[in-house]
Amino acid sequence: MRDTVMDILTENPVEAAPLLEARGLRFSAGGQDLIHGIDVGVEPGKRTLVMGANGSGKSLLLRLLHGLLTPAAGQVLWRGHAPDRAARRAQAMVFQRPVMLRRSVLANLNFALKVHGLAGRARAERAQEALEMARLTDLATHPARVLSGGEQQRLAVARALVCEPELLFLDEPTSSLDPASTQMIEDLVNAAHARGVTIVMVTHDMGQARRMGDEVIFLHSGRVAERGPLDRVLGAPRSEAARAWTQGRLYTAKPD
Amino acid sequence: MFRRHLLSLALGATLALGTTAAQAQDEFIVVQSTTSTQNSGLFDHILPMFEDKTGIEVRVVAVGTGQAIKNAANGDGDVLFVHAKPAEEKFVAEGHGVSRADVMYNDFVIVGPPSDPAGVAGMSDVVAALTRIAEAEAPFASRGDDSGTNKAELRLWKEAGIDAQAASGGWYRETGSGMGATLNTGTAMDAYIMTDRATWIAFGNKGDYQIAVEGDPKMFNQYGIILVNPEKHDNVKAEAGQAFIDWVLSDEGQAAIAGYKVDGQQLFFPNAGS
Amino acid sequence: MFSFGDIMTEALGLILTWDRDLSEIVLLSLRVTLTAVAIACLIGLPLGAVVGAFRFRGRGAVTVLLNALMGLPPVVVGLFVYLMLSNAGPLGILGLLYTPSAMIIAQTILVTPIVAALTKQVVEDLHGEYAEQFASFGLTARERVAALLWDARYSLLTVALAGFGRAVAEVGAVLIVGGNINHVTRVMTTTIALETSKGNLELALALGVLLLVLAVIVNALVMALRASAVRAAYA
Repeated sequence: MRDTVMDILTENPVEAAPLLEARGLRFSAGGQDLIHGIDVGVEPGKRTLVMGANGSGKSLLLRLLHGLLTPAAGQVLWRGHAPDRAARRAQAMVFQRPVMLRRSVLANLNFALKVHGLAGRARAERAQEALEMARLTDLATHPARVLSGGEQQRLAVARALVCEPELLFLDEPTSSLDPASTQMIEDLVNAAHARGVTIVMVTHDMGQARRMGDEVIFLHSGRVAERGPLDRVLGAPRSEAARAWTQGRLYTAKPD
Repeated sequence: MFRRHLLSLALGATLALGTTAAQAQDEFIVVQSTTSTQNSGLFDHILPMFEDKTGIEVRVVAVGTGQAIKNAANGDGDVLFVHAKPAEEKFVAEGHGVSRADVMYNDFVIVGPPSDPAGVAGMSDVVAALTRIAEAEAPFASRGDDSGTNKAELRLWKEAGIDAQAASGGWYRETGSGMGATLNTGTAMDAYIMTDRATWIAFGNKGDYQIAVEGDPKMFNQYGIILVNPEKHDNVKAEAGQAFIDWVLSDEGQAAIAGYKVDGQQLFFPNAGS
Repeated sequence: MFSFGDIMTEALGLILTWDRDLSEIVLLSLRVTLTAVAIACLIGLPLGAVVGAFRFRGRGAVTVLLNALMGLPPVVVGLFVYLMLSNAGPLGILGLLYTPSAMIIAQTILVTPIVAALTKQVVEDLHGEYAEQFASFGLTARERVAALLWDARYSLLTVALAGFGRAVAEVGAVLIVGGNINHVTRVMTTTIALETSKGNLELALALGVLLLVLAVIVNALVMALRASAVRAAYA
């Protein structure tokens, strides 16, 4: 199925339709409008970064795109259609604080595979591969919740990737990790990207952005302030919000 | 997987329990009776004789007479074996029972603390004794549970012309529980208590209490036995129930009752057919 | 005067001179209570998990009801089951009154709300932590409930023990629906009530001590099981 899609994409060099698209997304909570009508598209095979100051709505946008939150208005389209169960299963997400099931490392991986309908030898093999990839083989039988923060996040990434999603969301996955752990997470994500997985990641870290980004969606106060190729947005920002951010200034102006 | 096992285990257990009950259905009868016969040990003495002879198991539900009659009227039992003659006759008259027969009697006594605040120790006229207790407003613990003993006690108060229940909460204290519980409560508050002699002799928590009033024929306590009406409740095992009644009323059954002694004292006096 | 030394001697004597009648009573107590707790868990665990993990209309009402039912007096449950199973009642035809099955039914009704209400609390807390991850996995409702119950299994053991404690200690319900029939429906608590009414207070209290010992043994076994399993899979 995925191969066919990739084939079609390669056969049609026309700038491909977005894999995921948001149209007029609005979201509010507690009587406050937090996302004010966002239109964005995520291109297949690209690494799109969602950036912006604290409270600009990055995590909310990610959750709206992934379908964890229901928008007050507007819609999210997967390959041009309303997302169904198959769409959900073609996506995965890694959270800022990894959510570990109260089971062993291996059982965490098996759980995700089982949900995707894998069983028996196929499941065992996939789980082993994921363990090796995340360098967790020696910890396979350990309870997931006794792992270090870095190991837990590696397991979370491996668990998200083990079902071979087409699109992987990451919400500041390395914000509480040391440089070595951060490096390993980035390697895992980049390797997945090299295998064709589309990446959408929230990050605050300029260095990480330069290492990991193709495209940037820059948010300010629940609106898209600017979007485009990473080098351009971070190198020569056009919006005041992005410019202030790259210069380390606080920018508080409320648009309109 | 694990949970499926648990499910079948639990269902299996429930079914197994149900089947045991169903299989044993024809081999036992349920007798609704009173705490006095049970607690005194009479049933433990006579029932094995009947069971050995007939192979019919007798299951005794020992509650207050009031509750026993209610249960039997619901058809929850095959035989009613209690001691409250007017209520029993009403039970038969209403069609719940086939007929009533006298089985045996024992007698009630009034027990009291050694201090004897009403000065009734040694009396044999129960009506006079109750009058004195009321005049002295000495504590009196009543079961207050509509049991056979309670009914007998209320009849005696009435005969003495005293509205004891008007003093309820004062010197007249209604425990609302069985004979044993009332004895436990009453002895703890130095109250006079009317009890059947059988329960008193077998009672293990007498403390320094003694029998104060005894020997008045008005305190005779007649037990009756009734087959629950199978025409009203078709689950009643009329044949087995009647076999038990016949045995209890037979010479053999009556001798068994007379033969039951605690500390050398005979507790129940058979009087079937008299 | 009572001496607690005498009572302990009596309790020890009971255990040392352990006879068939006593085994019968103890085993029936365990059989009735453990079966009731097992059935209550089969009903209460999924029920509590559903109420704990999902938002639906009437959820608040269900929660209040479950919490209120936790306080049901055993006597009331006994009366209710008696009226159901009585030959004059709607289920009299089953012939279950005055059998261990009737006692199991009554205790199941007593314990299920406890299991459900406590499960709801445990699962609700866990679900708060898991909700986004589960939504991301795209779990079905059934997968969600199963995963929550499995991951809460050690806390739920304590829930089951709370149910066991309530059931093994109650006398009001089993006395009414079981009838305390010797060799048929006599259990530890009804024996204690009977011996108390006979004025055999030392014996009654000694039986109480024995009941406590049993409860301690069951709790210790479950906790040992839990501890070894926790070491294997949980932090």
